[in-house]
Amino acid sequence: MQTKKIKWTRFLLETALLVVLFSLVQYGISTRMLSQYYQINLTSMCINIILAVSLNLINGFTGQLSLGHAGFMAVGAYTAVIMTTKMDYPLLAGLVGAFLAASAAGFVIGVPTLRLKGDYLAIATLALGEIIRVTLQNIDYVNGPAGISGIPKLTTWAWLYGAVVLTILVVVNLINSSYGRAIISVREDEIAAELMGINTTKYKVMAFVIGAGFAGLAGALYGHYFYIIKPETFNFMKSFDILVMVVLGGLGSTTGAVIAAIFITVLTAALQPFPEIRMILYALILIIVMIYRPQGLMGNKELSRQTLGRIWGARR
Amino acid sequence: MTLLSINKLYKSFGGLGAVMNFNFHMEQHELVGLIGPNGAGKTTVFNLITGVYKPDQGEIIFQGQDLVGMSSYNICARGIARTFQNIRLFNELSVLDNVKIACHKDVPYSLLGALVRTPAFFKGEERIEQQALKYLEVFNLDIKRDELAKNLPYGEQRRLEISRALATRPKLLILDEPAAGMNPQETNQLMQMIEMIRQEFGLAILLIEHDMSLVMGVCERIYVLDYGQIIAEGLPQEIRNNKQVIEAYLGEELN
Amino acid sequence: MQELIQQLVNGLSLGAIYALIALGYTMVYGIIKLINFAHGDVMMVGGFVGFFSVTLLGTNIAVAMLLAMAICALLGIIIEKVAYRPLRNSSRIASLITAIGVSLLLEYLTIFLIGPNQKVFPETAFTVKAYNIGGLSILNKDVFVFVSAVILMLVLQYIIKYTKTGKAMRAVSLDNEAAILMGISVDKTISMTFAIGSALAAAAGVMVGVYYSTINPLMGIVPGLKAFVAAVLGGIGIIPGAMVGGFVMGLLETMVSGYGNSLYRDAVSFGVLILILLVKPTGLFGKDTGEKV
Repeated sequence: MQTKKIKWTRFLLETALLVVLFSLVQYGISTRMLSQYYQINLTSMCINIILAVSLNLINGFTGQLSLGHAGFMAVGAYTAVIMTTKMDYPLLAGLVGAFLAASAAGFVIGVPTLRLKGDYLAIATLALGEIIRVTLQNIDYVNGPAGISGIPKLTTWAWLYGAVVLTILVVVNLINSSYGRAIISVREDEIAAELMGINTTKYKVMAFVIGAGFAGLAGALYGHYFYIIKPETFNFMKSFDILVMVVLGGLGSTTGAVIAAIFITVLTAALQPFPEIRMILYALILIIVMIYRPQGLMGNKELSRQTLGRIWGARR
Repeated sequence: MTLLSINKLYKSFGGLGAVMNFNFHMEQHELVGLIGPNGAGKTTVFNLITGVYKPDQGEIIFQGQDLVGMSSYNICARGIARTFQNIRLFNELSVLDNVKIACHKDVPYSLLGALVRTPAFFKGEERIEQQALKYLEVFNLDIKRDELAKNLPYGEQRRLEISRALATRPKLLILDEPAAGMNPQETNQLMQMIEMIRQEFGLAILLIEHDMSLVMGVCERIYVLDYGQIIAEGLPQEIRNNKQVIEAYLGEELN
Repeated sequence: MQELIQQLVNGLSLGAIYALIALGYTMVYGIIKLINFAHGDVMMVGGFVGFFSVTLLGTNIAVAMLLAMAICALLGIIIEKVAYRPLRNSSRIASLITAIGVSLLLEYLTIFLIGPNQKVFPETAFTVKAYNIGGLSILNKDVFVFVSAVILMLVLQYIIKYTKTGKAMRAVSLDNEAAILMGISVDKTISMTFAIGSALAAAAGVMVGVYYSTINPLMGIVPGLKAFVAAVLGGIGIIPGAMVGGFVMGLLETMVSGYGNSLYRDAVSFGVLILILLVKPTGLFGKDTGEKV
């Protein structure tokens, strides 16, 4: 059929674009055209994208306000680092282990807390994120508050890019399916969803587990780029940073989460010498966005093929 | 076998009895009405049947199975669907998506299939779309398939709610004040629609309604509830002339 | 035995401080169903105002506390008007997120303007004396904290029970729309609630300064969270609950750090919170009102 041919051409075209984007940056890195400064920020950007997109799945699409995302990042980071430094596993195994461990944490935390609604859930996740941090601070095997240092720099552009593409792909494919619709119905009206046959607890936990898993993946990549991880790295401030990205981008828009993650990374880099001003600015962003444009940048709209097509058509 | 049989149902909230000694039965394909003054407990009964509340006592036997203690989504899976007194649509979603969600409980592909985009996924999505459109066509809502549910006019929102409930392929459809806010013309159309879907989909229908023309017009049997208790049960003509019922509504004896 | 009583005394002082802060949380939640994340930071601002009152203006501690209470009452009113009122009809999540923003704004503005280092309350502000009662050494700062707190709580009870404002607050928290129909200005009432809650937090802030001698811009976070747990423990929205919850948390914390491991002292508060939320989210005195379908 005609549509099948179109589908295949589109698929090949999109894959080609992805490969081109990857290669361009890789070229810049290999030839050292992109300096250390840019590489570091590129890494942070990718990690932030994964964190924002995964938190958006929980907060934006499922409508469950989770304030402890950094906790899952910590679980993933520590799992991966322990696997590579103390057990001599390769990075891939570490990443998989991080994803699974963080997902498991998501499950363990999610099942009891997702019974709670709204504010109570938010506070519970905040408290649990902090409990994870405090617990890590008191475990000697991982050097408590000093953390683990001297982590080999195994994270490369290839891993980062691959992880970002995987995260976005999984989330987008999930949302654009019947399972995604079930998840969104939980946000829209939980009681009506239940009465239409949706096991809302199952889907809340599903979103939580998948979101946590990717946060863990981000944590693992982080650990293997920035040499050191300590419990303090994954405190409420980190959860707050990710929340700002998701809110700014638009709760319920993956495109928004990506754009906001990029924007916040750039802003953080620019404001590096002024940490208090950065926090004041983020706080103001949060307040102003919530009051004047609560739907954030993208609302719940996505930059889909249709919109791109329309923009393209309009320009011609 | 009796489709739905409710025995000695009790529910109170903080000491106040909302439903007391509620006994009820209903057969396949029947159209039964539940009426009574405001606050009589009618919606509470619906909430008890659909698992939103748990009864303090009593049993709710649907097709031979006791529903008490079952979660709402399980009850829906067994074949009971409902609409709400205050419309509860998925507002930010399209008309089509609202109905598609009702089709989710029989989703023909796995989560992994969705993530990896197997052929089963594409075929499944196609099937779900066809099914959802079918239910929308019944109510002439297919033309508005991409409209956001919150942007529909009131009457169409009510129809969408019914359409969505139908898409769960129930054996029993529970309608909570479907004619609320409708003018006589719309109410008439609704009456015809109710009859039509009963025939077309082979359903039993239980409805709460205040509009007496609708109740007397379509219901085969009527239960009357007042202060949480059944005060009358029978055919429309019997109920119409029942003194207690008239008293309950008007609050005084008619001479 | 003596040590136990000593711990109890410490616990009561700490508990009094938590209770004052918890009252602000619970009153605000009771009236607009918002968890005022920024409340702990208002306490911090109160502490700083008290500090500057003593060091720059040379006042005594009582005047410092009153000044802190007045300024923070104003701060509370401003925060409500600017950040929370526009979102009154939005989702709860939106208000919660904004409250987090306000909290961080207060913290980092303070750091930006005054610097991140802690400030020490001068000895002259409150000379610590010890009283010897029956073999126990009770410090005058314990007495000060406890007595001031009790006085403030009694004043609050009076306001709530016998004044028009108090009645209005109760009415609005029970039924917003009915209150409007009865001619109550909901906006003014909510402002009053924030003012009173913030004033109590400010008093607590000054007490913290006196009790621990130091204050710093981030000092509102942990006590704020613990006071919040206290409010939830007592039943969020229930005023006597906040008082009881505050004292329970204070006593619990002193016991844990006195007899247990002080490293886990903070984690205990989180643990209590999780426990309450899972077992009885409505708290000790709370009732469960389900959602109307």
